[in-house]
Amino acid sequence: MSKTAQSNHTTQAAPVKTDSDTVLEVDGLRTYFRTHEGEVRAVDGVSFKMKRGSILAIVGESGCGKSVTAYSILRLIQPPGKIVGGRVTLRPVGEEPIEITALGEKDERLYHVRGGLAAMIFQEPMSALSPVHTVGNQIMEAIFIHQKVTKQQAQQLAEEMLSKVGIPNAAVRLKQYPHELSGGMRQRVVIAMALVCRPQLLIADEPTTALDVTIQAQIMQLMKGLQSELGTGVMLITHDLGVVAQLAEEVAVMYLGRIVEKGSMRTIIKKPRHPYTMALLQSLPSLHARNQKLPSIKGSVPALTRIPSGCPFHPRCEHAQAGRCDVGGPPPLEQLDPDGVGHEVACLRVHEIGPTLKAQAPS
Amino acid sequence: MKNAITPIPTDEPILRVHDLCKYYPIYSKGLVKRKSGEVRACHKVTFDLRPGETLGLVGESGSGKTTTGRAILRAITPTSGSVLFHHNGKTVDLARMPAGELKPLRQKMQMIFQDPFGSLNPRMTVQQIVAEPLRIHRLAKGSELDDRVVQMLERVGVRPEYRTRYPHAFSGGQRQRIGIARALVMQPSLIVCDEAVSALDVSVQAQVVNLLAELQQEFGLTYLFIAHDLSVVKHICDRVAVMYAGRIVELADTEQLFGDPKHPYTKALLSAVPQPDPDVPMNFELGGEVADLTRLPPGCAFAPRCGECMDVCREKTPQLLTHEGRHVACHLYEG
Ligand SMILES: Nc1ncnc2c1ncn2[C@@H]1O[C@H](COP(=O)(O)OP(=O)(O)OP(=O)(O)O)[C@@H](O)[C@H]1O
Ligand SMILES: Nc1ncnc2c1ncn2[C@@H]1O[C@H](COP(=O)(O)OP(=O)(O)OP(=O)(O)O)[C@@H](O)[C@H]1O
Ligand SMILES: [Mg+2]
Ligand SMILES: [Mg+2]
Repeated sequence: MSKTAQSNHTTQAAPVKTDSDTVLEVDGLRTYFRTHEGEVRAVDGVSFKMKRGSILAIVGESGCGKSVTAYSILRLIQPPGKIVGGRVTLRPVGEEPIEITALGEKDERLYHVRGGLAAMIFQEPMSALSPVHTVGNQIMEAIFIHQKVTKQQAQQLAEEMLSKVGIPNAAVRLKQYPHELSGGMRQRVVIAMALVCRPQLLIADEPTTALDVTIQAQIMQLMKGLQSELGTGVMLITHDLGVVAQLAEEVAVMYLGRIVEKGSMRTIIKKPRHPYTMALLQSLPSLHARNQKLPSIKGSVPALTRIPSGCPFHPRCEHAQAGRCDVGGPPPLEQLDPDGVGHEVACLRVHEIGPTLKAQAPS
Repeated sequence: MKNAITPIPTDEPILRVHDLCKYYPIYSKGLVKRKSGEVRACHKVTFDLRPGETLGLVGESGSGKTTTGRAILRAITPTSGSVLFHHNGKTVDLARMPAGELKPLRQKMQMIFQDPFGSLNPRMTVQQIVAEPLRIHRLAKGSELDDRVVQMLERVGVRPEYRTRYPHAFSGGQRQRIGIARALVMQPSLIVCDEAVSALDVSVQAQVVNLLAELQQEFGLTYLFIAHDLSVVKHICDRVAVMYAGRIVELADTEQLFGDPKHPYTKALLSAVPQPDPDVPMNFELGGEVADLTRLPPGCAFAPRCGECMDVCREKTPQLLTHEGRHVACHLYEG
């Protein structure tokens, strides 16, 4: 048992249960927002497990609840939002499992989770950075929260981390304010702030959207390094399917607040079975000739206050069958290969439709 | 003449950017703030934009793309250079125009900002945000104003019934589309799209990209399209300019650029695109340090990382020259 585990807990815990290789367990998570238009069911029954040292990608249409899922895991949901159901459990190495959803707002374990065990790279860097402090001070702040180091050491660490994320002349850059940096540099500052914590769980919400492909590749290497060196579990929210194919081991596809398909990255990219996943892959611009109209999934995303009955995707699904797909509750995730890696699909017609994804032709 | 960009003889460019520069000072910290250097974020950038054209602007993060876009629209004052904007039969130099005279032109030029979170006023509802430019320029009021806002929101795929909400109640991609609606509602003739579709999943992205193309056909819109997603750039741009360390290093027709890149940086960039296929491995070819605008080496800024670097590259900065109909700033193609 490690020392950190003891120093962080007031109770004299029995031998630590680190039996499983699961770092995070999300079970039936539901997060709703109360608005004028009604109850927005942003996350409506999401369950998944994350293995230590693995990378799980979460993909899905804009507004489907990816970021709200991430915020819920760290208990960062603000009113009128509320976690109305489900459980989130973090299983740090050498420590008691922490049921995050059961902690009180002021519980010190919540700070322990947010301040070191888990870190998040926010989708919009400016939402995570203070405009009135230098980036150096902000990174050092993150270091002080979980490490007992002197100011000089913190400065050193911050400089090292900045050059690791591809910002040269870190000494000068540390003294600048966020608005003096480019969009991609701000994003890398936020990445640096998350990585200096050496977290066991890293939630990366669109971490590379503001980066060109060569720097993106460098950041991807860095995250892989962290994952293999520390066994960090990475939850990677992204819509860049190229990044998914190069980085993730598993993929969960979300639609309207639910996971509709889940499986190994190879399965999801090469042999997706949910009509939504198939349609998503068909919209990739690289598959289509220049100036040709890109196929977007027909229809628009329904309001989260009025989620369609039956399968939530049925109004936009080319395979939907009246009287079957549009009635009752949403179809549950069904295990397709019980003894394989685990490929789950929430579609009533999955066995009738079969894989129809056209052969991929990357540019 | 070899060392000038040949003017395009067809129609008059809507925009002529010539030797545009924007330098930011770097201060040394101390009791007295003293300038200790400068960042040449945009250096001698020169290009033309034809009406109805989409010019892509790609390049390394921090290479000066946003700075260039903002300097063109006079969101920041350029250090030097000229930006000739052709509008209503008149040509004006945006770079040198007194700030007071810019206002009527502003409605014709819009910017979609890279950071939707930072660019949407958190204390305004979406309705107010999208209506604001119309109101400021007195282009619509009352129910006409509301109609235009609703229509625009619908077209970018944001449900109009949400327009009384504040920006924080939206997802990242929804916020980005609110920024797009605010720019498009003005029916401008020139739009600088700075990472305008970067937060969108491929399907919604397709919808917005199609919308931009439709509006271009309807109103002859001209776009400067700054983006990191090369597959989108390839799809919608007519020509593409590649920036590295504050300069344009290559400019060519889209097909030429993607099919036969000339500049070693362009080649490295194109080969690093991660393919949505696990069987096509990632290319980590480009080593070395990211360009440091705070202390550029003499000669070509890319030389320290370039596999084809020659002696001259460390001494002399290559100019953007025309070579067999291509514009490249690289000593490999000189002489
Ligand atoms: N404070 C709020 N009030 C009402 N609705 C909200 C609020 N915050 C988020 N939502 C809604 O919850 C849904 C899920 O949002 P979320 O940010 O999780 O989407 P996302 O999947 O991350 O999308 P994107 O890819 O665009 O970032 C969205 O439709 C959004 O409008
Ligand atoms: N207001 C400012 N003050 C000082 N320096 C600035 C300012 N704005 C930008 N810079 C510097 O100018 C350089 C270019 O920044 P710019 O935002 O134009 O890059 P970019 O190409 O848009 O990058 P990205 O792809 O990351 O958005 C950077 O080194 C940045 O630090
Ligand atoms: Mg999001
Ligand atoms: Mg930028």
